[in-house]
Amino acid sequence: MTATLIENARLIDPEAQSETRGWLLMRDGRIAAVGREEAPPGADERIDARGKCLAPGIVDWGVKIGEPGERHKESFRSAGRAAAAGGVTTLITRPDTVPPLDNPEALEFVRRRAAEAASVRIRPMAALTKGCAGEEMTEIGFLLDAGAIAFTDATRVVARSRILARALTYAKGLGALVVTHPQEPGLSQGAAATSGKFATLKGLPAVSPMAERMGIDRDIALVEMTGARVHFDQITTARALPALERAKRNGLDVTAGVSIHHLTLNELDVADYRTFFKLTPPLRSEDDRLAAVEALRRGLIDVLCSMHTPQDEESKRLPFEEAAAGAVGLETLLPAALRLFHAGQLTLPELFRAMALNPARRLGLEAGTLGEGAPADLVLFDPDAPFVLDRWTMHSKSKNTPFDGARLQGRVLGTWVGGRRIHGEA
Amino acid sequence: MGFTDRHLLGIESLSPAAITEILDLADSYVDFNRQPARHADALAGATQINMFFEASTRTQASFELAGKRLGADVMNMAMQASSLKKGETLIDTATTLNAMGPDLLVVRHPHSGAVNLLAEKVTCAVLNAGDGRHEHPTQALLDALTIRRAKGRLHRLSVAICGDIAHSRVARSNILLLNRMESRIRLIAPPTLLPAGIEAFGVEVFEDMEEGLRDVDVVMMLRLQKERMDGGFVPSEREYYHRYGLDHDKLAFAKSDAIVMHPGPMNRGVEIDGTLADDINRSVIREQVEMGVAVRMAAMHLLARNWRAATAEATA
Repeated sequence: MTATLIENARLIDPEAQSETRGWLLMRDGRIAAVGREEAPPGADERIDARGKCLAPGIVDWGVKIGEPGERHKESFRSAGRAAAAGGVTTLITRPDTVPPLDNPEALEFVRRRAAEAASVRIRPMAALTKGCAGEEMTEIGFLLDAGAIAFTDATRVVARSRILARALTYAKGLGALVVTHPQEPGLSQGAAATSGKFATLKGLPAVSPMAERMGIDRDIALVEMTGARVHFDQITTARALPALERAKRNGLDVTAGVSIHHLTLNELDVADYRTFFKLTPPLRSEDDRLAAVEALRRGLIDVLCSMHTPQDEESKRLPFEEAAAGAVGLETLLPAALRLFHAGQLTLPELFRAMALNPARRLGLEAGTLGEGAPADLVLFDPDAPFVLDRWTMHSKSKNTPFDGARLQGRVLGTWVGGRRIHGEA
Repeated sequence: MGFTDRHLLGIESLSPAAITEILDLADSYVDFNRQPARHADALAGATQINMFFEASTRTQASFELAGKRLGADVMNMAMQASSLKKGETLIDTATTLNAMGPDLLVVRHPHSGAVNLLAEKVTCAVLNAGDGRHEHPTQALLDALTIRRAKGRLHRLSVAICGDIAHSRVARSNILLLNRMESRIRLIAPPTLLPAGIEAFGVEVFEDMEEGLRDVDVVMMLRLQKERMDGGFVPSEREYYHRYGLDHDKLAFAKSDAIVMHPGPMNRGVEIDGTLADDINRSVIREQVEMGVAVRMAAMHLLARNWRAATAEATA
């Protein structure tokens, strides 16, 4: 294979938490060398980055793809294109498809389809319980053998603690990582918004932010009981953070994520019942948003992801309560995250720690770093380039983005997976 | 500037001047309605469709009567029974009806915001006849007209709203309207029937009814749905009546000339004592129904004026 050199780049290194001017050489699909001084001669291809940012490709944890069952919403092909355009090089997909990915055969189908249709890396999560119904655990062992990277029922909570405790115990025995959605379903059922002045004014059924804290409290207690490895998919409220911090301090093997939407939008953005802003969990207050940003900055929240959830027009063009929840995010994760950078709230190395390094480490992937020998999964981007998002220009089959018409900054100039360029001018 | 909007979707977007204009015109329609011959022509030649996605007898009758008195062709559609059962979406239904060229849609829907959504998709005027727990603007306007006629003003009054605030669009619209007209609002309810963040609406909240009623000018009672009474939100009907049912004893804490209101339909013996509801010296519940027709006539009249002005402007 050929060697490609990217020189004159602003290297964003999430491991060293540094930004330096330098070059990066890839050979045989891996990062061969990185340096600051004069670039070495002898590369087959030389790319002048013109001072733009070069970072590890994004590892987006929690992506929903419509295969099987809802291919009209998103296919592996369309998601792969969207990811490449967004600088996302690894998709960690959700099992809450139709039907759910709860058996090795279904997982095999997904791996085969992903490999033939998408140029980015796709690693599927499998269901924790059969049908994501919260009643019986799946064949965790077989699913691990079939390539499941983690186990989750996505946004469906395993409400019966006894069942979750057993699944965690069994998963612990196999060393499998479990992802939970911390939420007390007894409180959150039927809710379309976060309780407070806004939801009351708009007359929307709402859930107290306390439901998330109750959810994480229970899940942490079960981790303490079983010793399992658990990741909380989204922590979005200030009230849930002390529990997370205590659990980490006590040495429990837990990590947490948050979606970019909860870091850059708040409940007021719903405005006049805009259903593209209906999410699971619902958007929170500004205080909660700021608390989550700060938690991500200091590493209490480990992972930043898009929670990419494609929904067709029909499922969104409904009264707010009836409309489907979720937003697409593969193409907007980076520019939206850069809002936090431009606002001075997070540095670029901090952002890529949360979008690449931490998820890769937690999932046992080699990606997420600029270290020598790591896979050459990279994104080259201009953090300043301004644009106004037009949702119809996106590659996702579904166009349900809350950023339609928004002014954003940050253009992906190139995306590489395993040393192969999959986006941008050659 | 008075009421210049194309739709009437809620009180939230109305200025005090717009509210006053609607009420002033409604006042004249009250007198008009008391005459023997009651045919006006503000909506002559116009088509009004009442789309009720939620069962209603009183409100629908009130809108139908108001439209007919203004000379409109009125059509009633019971939406639960028709296309929704066939899987048609709200927007499809709206665009289909819109293609038939009505001038005014009067819409009630069980979900908050559904009427706003519908208004975005049609070219005619839309009047919100109640959406979920969000707003019921003509109810708040008819309540305001009733109060204004009884008390001579809408400002600097002390108004108690009592009952199921959490699930009530009537309460939300009334809070918004009375706030805008600079009256003081007291909410009286058990905490389970108060929505989160309600303190931020510029209201005083009371759990004790007698304390909450002290020296108020107006007592507005809200209906408590039967299904919320059995242990879900309050322990029982009898405990609710004991603590929050309005009777002459509790009313004695209010001003001696305080009026009693209820949007109907009433649960006698649950939220209000039957004899008090019928006491013509205190209760204005029947006047509210009469004001309802007048207010709806005024609101539809002004919507017609606004759409005619817009058409004239577009063709000029």
